This record gives sequence, structure tokens and C-alpha cells, in this order.
Amino acid sequence: MVLVLAIGDLHIPHRASDLPQKFKSMLVPGKIQHIICTGNLSIKEVHDYLKSLCPDLHVTRGEYDEDSRYPETKTLTIGQFKLGICHGHQVIPWGDLDSLAMLQRQLDVDILVTGHTHQFKAYKHEGGVVINPGSATGAYSSFTFDVNPSFVLMDIDGLRVVVYVYELIDGEVKVDKIDFKKTATTRLAH
Amino acid sequence: MMVDGVEDEEKWLAAGIAGLQQNAFYMHRALDSNNLRDALKYSAQMLSELRTSKLSPQKYYQLYMRAFDELRKLEMFFKEETRRGCSIIDLYELVQHAGNILPRLYLLCTVGSVYIKSKEAPAKDVLKDLVEMCRGIQHPVRGLFLRSYLSQISRDKLPDIGSEYEGDADTVNDAMEFVLQNFTEMNKLWVRMQHQGPAREKDKREKERSELRDLVGKNLHVLSQIEGVDLDTYKETVLPRVLEQVVNCKDEIAQCYLMDCIIQVFPDEYHLQTLEILLGAFPQLQPSVDIKTVLSRLMERLSNYAASSTEVLPEFLQVEAFSKLNNAIGKVIEAQADMPILGAVTLYSSLLTFTLHVHPDRLDYADQVLGACVKKLSGEGKLEDNRATKQIVALLSAPLDKYNDIVTVLKLSNYPSVMEYVDSETNKVMAMVIIQSIMKNNTQISTADKVGALFELIKGLIRDLDGAAHDQVDEDDFKEEQNSVARLIQMLQNDDTEEMFKIICTVRKHILTGGPKRLPFTVPPLVFSSLKLVRQLQGPEENPFGEEGSTTPKKVFQLLNQTIETLYGVPAPELALRLYLQCAEAANDSDLEPVAYEFFTQAYILYEEEISDSRAQVTAIHLIIGTLQRMHVFGVENRDTLTHKATGYSAKLLKKPDQCRAVYACSHLFWVDDQDNMKDGERVLLCLKRALRIANAAQQMSNATRGSTGSVTLFVEILNKYLYFFEKGNTQINAAAIQSLIELITAEMQSESNSPDPAADAFFASTLRYIQFQKQKGGAVGEKYEPIKV
Repeated sequence: MVLVLAIGDLHIPHRASDLPQKFKSMLVPGKIQHIICTGNLSIKEVHDYLKSLCPDLHVTRGEYDEDSRYPETKTLTIGQFKLGICHGHQVIPWGDLDSLAMLQRQLDVDILVTGHTHQFKAYKHEGGVVINPGSATGAYSSFTFDVNPSFVLMDIDGLRVVVYVYELIDGEVKVDKIDFKKTATTRLAH
Repeated sequence: MMVDGVEDEEKWLAAGIAGLQQNAFYMHRALDSNNLRDALKYSAQMLSELRTSKLSPQKYYQLYMRAFDELRKLEMFFKEETRRGCSIIDLYELVQHAGNILPRLYLLCTVGSVYIKSKEAPAKDVLKDLVEMCRGIQHPVRGLFLRSYLSQISRDKLPDIGSEYEGDADTVNDAMEFVLQNFTEMNKLWVRMQHQGPAREKDKREKERSELRDLVGKNLHVLSQIEGVDLDTYKETVLPRVLEQVVNCKDEIAQCYLMDCIIQVFPDEYHLQTLEILLGAFPQLQPSVDIKTVLSRLMERLSNYAASSTEVLPEFLQVEAFSKLNNAIGKVIEAQADMPILGAVTLYSSLLTFTLHVHPDRLDYADQVLGACVKKLSGEGKLEDNRATKQIVALLSAPLDKYNDIVTVLKLSNYPSVMEYVDSETNKVMAMVIIQSIMKNNTQISTADKVGALFELIKGLIRDLDGAAHDQVDEDDFKEEQNSVARLIQMLQNDDTEEMFKIICTVRKHILTGGPKRLPFTVPPLVFSSLKLVRQLQGPEENPFGEEGSTTPKKVFQLLNQTIETLYGVPAPELALRLYLQCAEAANDSDLEPVAYEFFTQAYILYEEEISDSRAQVTAIHLIIGTLQRMHVFGVENRDTLTHKATGYSAKLLKKPDQCRAVYACSHLFWVDDQDNMKDGERVLLCLKRALRIANAAQQMSNATRGSTGSVTLFVEILNKYLYFFEKGNTQINAAAIQSLIELITAEMQSESNSPDPAADAFFASTLRYIQFQKQKGGAVGEKYEPIKV
């Protein structure tokens, strides 16, 4: 059982002052093995905070990030899964699932984690799964009028990944989960 | 010289101990053989060692302790003697035959202890006798230790209430008198030390005095332990007598120590009830006494007392503690006109803490204290003393910690005035403290007035204050400060749109004084705050026509335009471009075509004139295309102009792969899913073909310069785009076109001049898999894909 936190679009301090307190008390160091961050942190303090939760931190560049050295895309292997990260402002039209599927094919990954729209999505297509963890702070977005703060925790176990999404709705944390299974022929099935 | 002195002292001490031990040995022999006379003789000789003047207090103490231990054994012997029939009165007289006065008195005290225990005479008589006899020793060190001995052996024999020594004749008053007298005499001896010896040894004397002070202070401790000394007795007798001695001795060291001792040793409720008497003593003390420390500790104790339980609070009100302390402090500060500012601020700081604990609801009291502090500060000018500055920070933080709410704190009218007197560094420190408090407590600051007052308060962060040397600021610190201000801006919120607009205007006014270094940090949060307001204004409850002069989205956009403009002076063109595009999207949602067009124009101008870095251009163009793609507010003409420009920029990017990608991204500008009139299949195809040409050119260039044609990735990407539009129903793209593209790619990959690229291969493979998958889907999709052979 490997826990991977997928989080992004915090936009601190341009659009939000801090992570919601309820999220902060849930995210404790030592519980998570990897962190995948879609970008737009946007300052070093947020990077340091995430690093304190888990030293294996992977960040891709969002258009507001202070540190311009983050890569545009990143791929990594966790257990049986290949994961790809990209902020998403580079994929036009923004939020378009077919265009994102193309990126997924290009990176040749089972799971593509992407952001930019501040909308949580977990979508399965023939080539794999696309996950958007939304905005962890509920930051303003031109896409979505009502952004609920959200993040995703993936539990990777063998050929199976369970995606837990945590959303802060009206002051309460709501959890939902989705199961994905991968067949041995590297094709992801639901 | 000093080293010699120390060595000598060691020698003398060793000699004294040796003499003492030798006589003790003989004394023990006499005790064992019940030889009273010899016992007395040798004990007197033993005690003679204490007659020395050569030892410092610390060394004398070592000698004294040994004598003390031996005297305990002697005391036991005396007790045995009385049981054997010897008369205690006789014994009492017998010991007075000792040759020298000091041994005589030690022995007398020892016998006296037994005498009191025997109850053959009232305790008070014996005690009175002893305490007066000790007057015989006027040498300070010897006298202090002797009286200390008396105090030690008499402690458990005082005629206290409930003690076995209490009787008709013996009362608590006698116990009190005894201790008070001993205390008075000890203090006199102690003070006398100050004036003995040459002036050049003053420091040494004061150090020795310091070593002895607990001997004197012990008496006060004993007084506090006497059960019978209740509040009334303390008020009527004990405190006045002690204070009398303290004041009259006119000695700085004694006064300072003893005042503090009184405060520490007696219970807080006593202090409350005798506050006037206690405070009345302060002005009578020597001017050089460090009153501020003592007063501060008194207030600290009372603060803690108040905090310990709410039941004691009415007491404070009843004795009018606040006004008494306030007056006392005022008098002290007035009387000591040259007290350093640190002292005055410390006093006010303690008083403020006290006030906050005891009268948390009386903001006027707290304000009074701050006002008095301001008055004192106004005579000083800007503070230079580091410690004084720290005290001011403590002073200003106290109400923040207590109320946890800057809004309440702002009600203290003198609070901002105090801030005026600190230097800019301290202002920044304080400002950060305030911001942290707001964030920690989630304080709502919801009116423009309060926001204005707040920003005035933290102005050290907002702009360069006069005389502030900006170059000295550490980069990281500066960033942290500005990011804090940015976070603060996020916390300013009001659901009433009119008020919110006022808040935004107020914040804007302040941050525009910040200069180019600060704007990149402070403008973005303000912009997003404004965009949130625009959303609110679009909400269902909002009347789109509004009242005359009320806030409208248009007004906000005007403000936004003027605000983002200020970034030109920094310069921060990339940031400004992003913000303009955000505003354009918001204008799009508000159906304001001219406003949206204006924002796009500004963004384009920035792109053309200010953004020259290749990498920045690539990101910028993607943001432009992505935003434009989502616009639905533009009429045909405007859209055409903007699209044309965007494709133009795309084709002019420096690197061919970047050009290719930007151009095929532009294809989406001609095809918007949810608007049928926005589906121009021809122009989509034109874009894709153009992208193909660029990809080809890239291959040729690569071949020419490196000898191999490089990766086919671009072609595969374009293929995917063909598939995208094919599926969406673009009639201009047919299966044949796709087929020929597939063959082109295959050929390229197999060509000799091609350098293998596993990533591109995998990409192509997964694309083909996708096509296969679609074919197998069946239905309309399957049919569509049928003609394509993979």
C-alpha cells in the first residue's frame, strides 16, 4: 500500500491565504510516501510545507509559480503504475479530456495528473485515467464559479489504485472514492 | 594581589576549621563523661573561631555551619542535663561566664532554646532577653550570623496561635515583636557594612552584602509563616514597621532587595489590600533604587493572581487597584525625570498587562495606559535603545494576545500613536505580529475604515518609511513580509458589494504607495479580490441595473485596468499579461465585449513589446490561445482580429517545434464545441496543414545541421489533432488524410536518416492502439474509423 497525495493550484498568496485548517490537520508528515503537485503553489513557503509532509515531492510548473525551474511535465513510476504530471495550461483547449488523453498517450502513462481548471475530475478512458485534484485552497478560477477546496489521495496496491477525493463543502470534509484496476497488459480497466 | 587574598582566606578558613574541630573533639569527650564544666570550656573555645574578621561571608558561612552542627549536640546535652536535675536557670547563668562575648551569646541562645522548651519561663521573656543581648555584637558579619542563629533556633518556639508556647502572657504579638526586632537589628548591621572600609573596595563590599542578603530577608519569611499574622495584623503592624525600617535605612541595596522580598514573600491578597501603603513607600525610597523592576514584579504577581481565578476580580475593583497603580506609576515617572525610556516603557507594559488581566472589558483603562505612555514617548523622539524597542513590542502585543482581535485593539485610540514612535524596523516586526494574529484567529476585517486604519498601522510593510535604508533589507525577509501582506489582503472580505468595493479602493490606495519592489506582490491579490467582487455582482440577487452610482462590474474593471497598469513601472510584463487575460475572461462572463477586447489589446501589446524571452513567449502564447478559445463574447470582427494576431505570433516563435505546437493549438480557435457557428472546419485544417509544414521544415533543418532527421513526435502530435477533429465531425478531415499521415510517419520512422526515439515510438504505438480501440467500439464511431488501416 503506497499513499500518493495529488494536490495543486493553491495559488498562495495571490488568491488564497492558506490551506483550509481542516485540510492542514489531516495532512500530517510521515503518512504519505509521494506527493504529486500540479503546480501554481506559488511561493517557496508552500513548497517547503509540502516537502515537510513528505520528502519525495514532484512539482510541475504552473504559470504563476515563483520558481521557474519546475519542469513542464514529469513522469514517474510507483509500483505497477506509470504516472504523469502536467499543470495543464499548456494543453488547449483547457480541461478538454480528449486533448488531455493525447498528452497521456504522449507521456505513455497509466495515470495523468493535471490541474489548472480547479475542478476535481477522475476520468477513465481507454488509455488510462486522468485525475484533476482541483484546488486545495478553493482558489478563484475563471473556469468554475464555486470552487470547493479539494485534494486527492491515491492508494496504490499492486494492480489496483483507489482514488480518494477530499472536498471541503460548507465547512465539512466530504470523502469519495473511485476504484481503478489495471490488467497485466498495461491497460487500465474500471 | 587578589589571588593572594583568596589563598590567604583559604588558609585562614582551614585554620579556623581545624581549630573548631579540635575543640569540638574535646567538647565531645567532655559530653561523654558528663563533664559540664569542660564541655562549656571547650565549646567556648570552639566558638571563638567565629570571632575572626578575616573571612568573607561565604567562607564565614562554612565555619558557621560546622559550629551550628556542633551546637546541636551541645543543646541535646543541655536537655539531658536538665532532666538529670540541673536547673535550667542555673545553666542560663552559667554560660554567661564565658570569657568573650560572641561565644557567650551563642551559648546563651543555645541554652535559651532548651529554656523555652522547658516552659519554665514564658517564651516571650526568653526571646526578648536574647534578642536584646545580641546587641552586644555590632560587627556586621558576626552579628548577622549570630542573629541568624537566634532566628533558626527560635523558629519552632514562637508563641504563635495554636503553638504549645502560646499562653496568657505569650501571644502572637510577642512573636511578631521578636521577629521584627531581630529583623530591624539585622538590617542595621547589614546597612552598616556599606560604609565600612575604604572607598576603593566598595564593589567588593557590595558583593559581600549581596551574599548576606538572604539572612536578612529570612526574617520576613518567618513573619509570613506566623499563623497569627493575619491581614489585619499585617496591615496594622507588620507592614508599617517593616516599611519604616526600609525607608529609614536610606540604603539603596537594602531598599531594593527588601521591597522585592516583601512582594514575593507575602500573599497577593495582602498586597491588594495594602496597596496604598505599599505604593506610598516607593516615592520615599532612594532615587537610585530600581523601582521599575520592583513595581513591575508587583504588577506581574497581581496579574497572575487575577488570572488565577475570576472570584478574586471583584477585590481588585473594590480596592481600586488600577487607579492606585496608575497614579503611583505616574508619580514615580514624574519624580524620576531622567529615568531612561526603557524604565518607563517597562512600567507601562506591566501596567497594561495588569489592566488586561483584571479589567479586560475596560478598553478605556487600557487606552489610558497607552496614552500615558505616548505622552512619555513624545518627549523622547525616535527610540534608539534596543531593549526599549523590545518592550514596546511587548506592550503592543499584549492587547493583541488578550483580545485575539485586531479590530478590538484598533478601538484603543492611542494604539496607533504608540506605533508612531518606533523606528521602521520595529514597525515591520509589529506589523508581522499583527498580520499573524489576524491569520491565526481568522479575524474578519469588514469595513473600509477598519481596513484603512489597519494599513496605516502596518505602514512599515506597505511603503518605505522616511529614513528607512531599503538596501539593507534581506531579500528573503522582504519576500516573506510582502507575501504576508498579500495573504492579509485575502482576509479582507465583506458580502456587501458596496462596502467590498470601498475596501478594495482603500487597499489599492495604500499599496500603490509601495513602489515597484512591492507591487508584484500586492497587486495580484488585489486583482483577484476584485474579480471575486465582479462575480458577486453578477450573482442572481444583484440587480443588473443597480442604483445610480452603485458599484458595477464595469467600474471594477476600470479600476482593474488602472491597477494592472502600475506593473509596467516595475517592470513585470509577464505578470501583467496573465492578469489582463484573467480580467478578459471575467469581462467575457459579464458580457462586456469592449472591456474584454481592451484587456486583450493590452495583453497583446505587452506580448509584442515587452516579452522577448523565448520560453516566456511560449507560455504567454499558450495562455493567450487558451483564453481566446474560451471567449464567446466577441463578435466576428473582433474575434477575427485577435485570432489572426494570435496565429501570427505562433508562427513567429523562435524554435520550430514551439511554432508547430502553437500553430496547431490555434486550430482550436476555429472550433468551439458548444457554438455551432464557431466550427470552421476549413480553417482548422489550414492550421493543421501549416503545422505540418513547419514540422517538415524542422525535419529538414535537423537533417541539414545534424545529419539525421530528428524525432517524429511533432508529426504524431499533429496526427492526434487530426483524429480529434475527425471525431468531432470536421468534414474537411477525412479518413484518407489520416491514413496518409500515418503512412508518412511510418515511413519517416523507418528511414535511414531517422534517429530512433523510444518516446516517439511509444507515442505512435499508443495512438495506433487508440485508433484500433475506436474501430472496435462499433456503432457510429466504429464506422467512422473503419476505413483507417493500422
